[in-house]
Amino acid sequence: MIIARIIGTVVASQKDERLEGKKLLIVRPINIDGSDTTGYVVAVDTVGAGFHERVLVVAGSSARLAQNMKEAPVDAAVVGVIDTVDIMTPEA
Amino acid sequence: MQLARVIGTVVATIKNDSLKNRKLMVVQSLNKDLKPQGKPMVAVDAAGAGVGELVFWCRGKEASFPFKREDTPTDCTIVAIVDSDSHVCCG
Repeated sequence: MIIARIIGTVVASQKDERLEGKKLLIVRPINIDGSDTTGYVVAVDTVGAGFHERVLVVAGSSARLAQNMKEAPVDAAVVGVIDTVDIMTPEA
Repeated sequence: MQLARVIGTVVATIKNDSLKNRKLMVVQSLNKDLKPQGKPMVAVDAAGAGVGELVFWCRGKEASFPFKREDTPTDCTIVAIVDSDSHVCCG
């Protein structure tokens, strides 16, 4: 899973029927320290995440294992809203 | 599967129901000389690993297999704890 920040939303009226009712988000992968990387992923929201929140994104076929995503044609899903990330310093 | 060092933890209160009660760790992938390679990732823990431990992890769909029969949406899972750094030998 990667840590990402929500940078936008996508609206698509014409879509596979198994995607109906699902919110589509544009997320940008970020580094552990919170700094932005380049690139983006369109991911389906499963938790009700909001704009600019740090989230967990699962990619690949595992994304379908999230609840309510069975049979959905999805390869990226937002599965959690991150509260904190604690990193052990090398000296510790 | 690859070796990695557990370097931290992630807390996420709001998450998909199928990730409930799963421990999330930050892992740094390592090369065969146990030097960091690539970017850290967030992994679900299936082995009970702690911060600082040497582990190995698997990626992709197979990462959800340790949690069968429940469906767990993870593409990165810690599947074993290496006994110690000296137990990694490269010929």
